[in-house]
Formats: sequence, structure tokens, C-alpha cells
Amino acid sequence: MSENKGVWVFSENYDLTLEMLGKGRKIADMLRTELVAVLVGSNVQEKANDLIKHGADKVYLVDNPALERFQSEAYLSVLHNLTANYKPDILLIGSTKNGKPLAARLATRLETGCIPDCSRLSVDEKGRLIGERITYGGNAVAKVTFRSKPQIATIPGRAFAKLEPQDRNGEVTKLDVKIEEPKTEVVETKPLETSSVNIEEAKVIVSCGRGLEKKEDKALLEDLAKILGGQLGNSRPLAEDRKWFTEWVGLSGHKVKPKLYVACGISGVIQHVAGIRDSKMIVAINNDPEAPIFEVADYGVVGDLYEILPALTEALNKQLQ
Amino acid sequence: MKRIIVCLKQAVDVSQLKVDPKTNQLLTASAPKKISDFDKNALEEAIRIKEKLGEAEIYTVTVSSEDAKAVLREALAIGADKAYFVNDPSFQDVDTSATAYILTEAIKKIGEFDLILCGEASLDSFSGLVGSRLAELLNLPLIASVRKLTVEDNTVVGERTLEDAYETVKAKTPALITVTREINQPRIPSLMMIMKASKKEIVTWTATDLNIQKEKVEGKIDVIEVLAPKTERKKIMITGENKEEIAEKLAKALIQEGVVGR
Ligand SMILES: Cc1cc2nc3c(=O)[nH]c(=O)nc-3n(C[C@H](O)[C@H](O)[C@H](O)COP(=O)(O)OP(=O)(O)OC[C@H]3O[C@@H](n4cnc5c(N)ncnc54)[C@H](O)[C@@H]3O)c2cc1C
Ligand SMILES: Nc1ncnc2c1ncn2[C@@H]1O[C@H](COP(=O)(O)O)[C@@H](O)[C@H]1O
Repeated sequence: MSENKGVWVFSENYDLTLEMLGKGRKIADMLRTELVAVLVGSNVQEKANDLIKHGADKVYLVDNPALERFQSEAYLSVLHNLTANYKPDILLIGSTKNGKPLAARLATRLETGCIPDCSRLSVDEKGRLIGERITYGGNAVAKVTFRSKPQIATIPGRAFAKLEPQDRNGEVTKLDVKIEEPKTEVVETKPLETSSVNIEEAKVIVSCGRGLEKKEDKALLEDLAKILGGQLGNSRPLAEDRKWFTEWVGLSGHKVKPKLYVACGISGVIQHVAGIRDSKMIVAINNDPEAPIFEVADYGVVGDLYEILPALTEALNKQLQ
Repeated sequence: MKRIIVCLKQAVDVSQLKVDPKTNQLLTASAPKKISDFDKNALEEAIRIKEKLGEAEIYTVTVSSEDAKAVLREALAIGADKAYFVNDPSFQDVDTSATAYILTEAIKKIGEFDLILCGEASLDSFSGLVGSRLAELLNLPLIASVRKLTVEDNTVVGERTLEDAYETVKAKTPALITVTREINQPRIPSLMMIMKASKKEIVTWTATDLNIQKEKVEGKIDVIEVLAPKTERKKIMITGENKEEIAEKLAKALIQEGVVGR
């Protein structure tokens, strides 16, 4: 086991790679080992220097036209080849819809463990990686560590911060890797219209649930969000069932950490609450006094959101004059 | 499409889970169990494929150290033709690598299949790894997080939503698909279906029946602790004569707390 060394990061998502380098740098320093970024793609060489600026000591570059777009078997074979040859101690993989299956399959090939969606990472006295993740539908946080190497953890977006870019020295090694025959074919991709502002970074979020009757009524929330300097959020059913939005807050959606989260017409089911736990302050407006959201709120109002929201907007307007 | 295998986990019903307020430990042992939500979607999708194509067998496979017969009966009532139950006390607290290994051995023993359907993630552990690990062990094409599935002769086409794009992916069968909750609305079995299900077969296998190697179920990870997060919220209810008064009090509180963005 002791032959494994180095902290590696990989994600097909560049921002996430930089975020993982930020945390990876700290772990590598603690373990007094090197931080390696794995850069995979076609004509991506010019990014190598930027990865070093963001904390990497080394970049393993695999540049091949066949790797222009993410393809599971192709990317898997690259990572498998590199990790089997160079034996990292720790490998952080971005927990995207493509990255997570990749991590799971790589862990299976390497006969090692994988801890998914770690929102916190630390190292114990034996130098083992400890990952913290939400489980049981948001009811608990599990602390998990490894019995095998490499230690593979997947990391969600915005769990860790990028480092400020610095002029540093690093080594770029270009590698040629045999690419495996794909088993699946991407026949079409269409861009997804996502909100241009990242909800994870919002300072204030005004969020609606099924208590909102019509999509147009979100104007009530927008008015409040405007005066609070915030943006809108929503529970999953408004995206999944009603298709009013494409994204949502919660366990299976965005984990947010605003100063203020205003939950309007949201019952506060555990899977939703799992996404808002890190909010500094939670305000709940719900017409059901028994709604579980009141158990996790700092301020609660039992009332109809159609009455309370306009009144609140007006009151804030007056008081902020 | 002759045979579809659905991997069905018996999960802790997380909405009914209680916490010991003294220790912050979860009382999982006493919590009710149910079919993991996403796996119900997987089963529903299998039934829809069968209905569309006319002919196909649907087998479910469940790995558990505990009794899961009620959950298996429910799956049979919903529409599975046969349930395989891999049950052994040594499977307690197995990790995803062990679960995928046990599922692999069971599926090898079942024999031929065209499609394996899994949930994207399980309700309780929510790791989202077992399906992908299984695909790797069985050397199958994998389409993960599918929200729409189309099956033709010997190909499957899955639509997936990525972080920034929709993607349509094609694979030849046999293949493994993991499904999201958006894929369908699972049916609720009728009384007649429940009665019919009592005649369907549940095959039970132990670790010995599958020649499970002990060292392979020992696991690759160590769970150090699982604790309810401490949330300390003020829980102040704002009341008043009318909505204006309530709104004024709330506005004042928010400004005093310094959480108003401007
Ligand atoms: C595995 C899994 C993952 C999930 N992930 C997520 C997730 O990430 N995010 C998420 O949100 N959900 C998630 N869910 C769904 C979750 O379980 C709940 O179904 C969902 O959060 C409920 O949304 P809601 O609060 O908007 O709706 P409801 O539970 O229907 O609540 C609506 C609330 O509005 C109140 N209301 C109605 N009218 C008014 C009014 N006029 N004024 C004020 N209040 C009113 C009602 O009293 C009620 O409390 C997940 C579920 C599963 C099984
Ligand atoms: N014990 C199990 N028995 C059968 N299928 C399982 C089991 N555990 C996980 N699965 C399958 O793997 C999927 C993902 O599980 P997980 O990786 O635990 O989130 C589930 O939705 C099931 O389809």
C-alpha cells in the first residue's frame, strides 16, 4: 500500500478541476506529497500552465482528438492506465453526471473504494483520507474512510474554493495512452438553458414550493428577491412534476449556503432541507402550522404566501427607505 | 427483449427515520423499510417496456442481510415475474463494491438477460455507485441517469440531463441503465395484482449458493460515524393581528439580523 503516493484531481469540468486543486493543495501539503492534475482532451495543452498556477505541481496531459468530448470508455481507459501505472494515494474526481459513473467504474477496475459526494475532506493521523457526505436522505452526515488504495472520492461543485492563481513552477508530462473502444455512442447533445447566476453563490434566496399555484405567481417572489438583493430558488416538484424550472434546491439538486433562505410554500421535507442546511438564516412562510419546515427555520410565519409576501415586500421597502 | 433484470434495494424509509436526541445516532434498525424510490421507477420502466414489446420476463434481484420478503412481494404485485432474494447475515453493512460483486454473482447465476435496470441512487445511502460498478463487473455498456428510455430490437437509447446539456446516448443490448425519478410515475398495485403476486416465485439464495468469497464482501471503506447534523435554529414564530403587522415584525427582524442583501 505504501507505494501509492500523490494527490490527483480530475474532472471533465474545468471549474470543478480548479476547485479540487484548491482543496487538493491543502491535502498534499499536509501529506507532504505532490499534487497532480490530470488533463484530458483534444488541444488542451494551453490549460496545463493554468492548472499549475492554480496549485498543481504536475500535470499529466493526455491529448488526443478521440478525447475531444467526454466518452465513458475512452476517458475511463485513460484514467485507468494512468492510475494503474503511477499509483496515486488519493484521487479526487468531479461528481458530475459523467464523473460519478467514471469514478465508480475506475474504483471497480482498481478494486478500491470510492466515497461519493464528499462535501468535506480531511486526513487522519495515519494519513488516510476522510470524506464527509450527506446520507439517509439528509438525516445524517457520514464520516467515511478507506481500506484500500487509491482512495477515490467524488467532489460536488462548489464544495471547495479555487486558489488565487500564482506564478509557480510545475512539470507538464505528455502521455500517450491506448484508448479503449467505446461501448456507447452519444448521438445528440443539446445545450441546457441554465440560470446564468449560480444559485450556490447567492447571498439571498427566495424559494417557492408547491404552495405556489401558478408559474406567473413567482412574480411575488421576484419582488421580494429584488428588494433583498437575492435570487429565486424552488423545490424539486416545481421542476420535476410541473416543469416550471429545470433546477432545484435539495439533496438531489443544488446545495445552497446563503445568508438568508426564504422558503415559501415549501413543506420542508428532509430531502429539501438537506440542501439548505448551511444557510445562515432560514425564514419559512407556510399556511400549515404543522409543516416540518418550521422545525428548521429561524423565523416562521403561519400564513398564506399570497398575502404575506406582498406585505413583507412592502414592509421592507418602507423600513429600508 | 427477452429478459429484464431490475436491481431492487430494500431501503430505510428516510422520511420516517428518527434520531436519538441524546447521541444524535439514527435509529435505523427500528425504521420502516420500503423499495428504494428510484428502483420503483426502474421496475415501472421494465413493465412499460414489457407492455410495449408484448413479451419479456422481468426478474428482480435484491441483496440484503435482513428479511425483505414484504418488499419482494410488493415488487411482484407491481409487475415483476420473479424475485431473486440474496440473503445472508454476512451481508450486513456491505459497501457498494461488495454489493455490486454479490449482484454480479447472482446475475451470472440467473443467466441470460438483455437489460439491467438500476436506480440512479438508493434512497438511504444515496451513493449512486452500485449501478456503475455492476456495469463494469459485467463488462456492459452503461447509460447512467436516464430520464427517457427507448428500446428497439437490440439497441437502447437513453436521454440524460447533464449539468449543462441534454444528451442522447445509444448502446447495444445487453446493457445497463440507471434511471432517474423523472423517467416515469410508478404504478400502485391493485388488489387483484396483489393477490396474483402470491402465486409468483421468490428464489432465495445464500452466500454459499452463490459461492461468495468472504474477502470480497469485506469492503473497501470504513464508516467512522453516521450522525444527525446538529441544527440550531431559533424557531421564532412571528404572529400578529394582521398580515401587515406580521410583515413589519419580520422585516424588522431580518434587518436587525443583518441578512438583507442590500
Ligand atoms: C431520493 C429523493 C430525492 C429528492 N430530492 C429532492 C431535492 O433535492 N429537493 C426537493 O425539493 N425535493 C426533493 N425530493 C422531493 C421531496 O421528497 C418532496 O417531495 C419535495 O421537497 C416537496 O416539495 P414542496 O415542499 O414544494 O411540496 P409539498 O410537500 O407539497 O409542500 C407544499 C407546502 O406548501 C404549503 N402551502 C400550500 N399553499 C400555500 C399557500 N398559499 N401559502 C403558504 N403555504 C402554502 C403547504 O402547507 C405545504 O406545506 C426528493 C425525493 C426523493 C425521494
Ligand atoms: N442491496 C441491493 N440490492 C439490489 N440492488 C441494489 C442494492 N444496493 C443498490 N442496488 C442498486 O443500485 C442502485 C444504486 O444504489 P447506491 O449505489 O447504493 O446508491 C440502486 O438504485 C439499486 O438499483
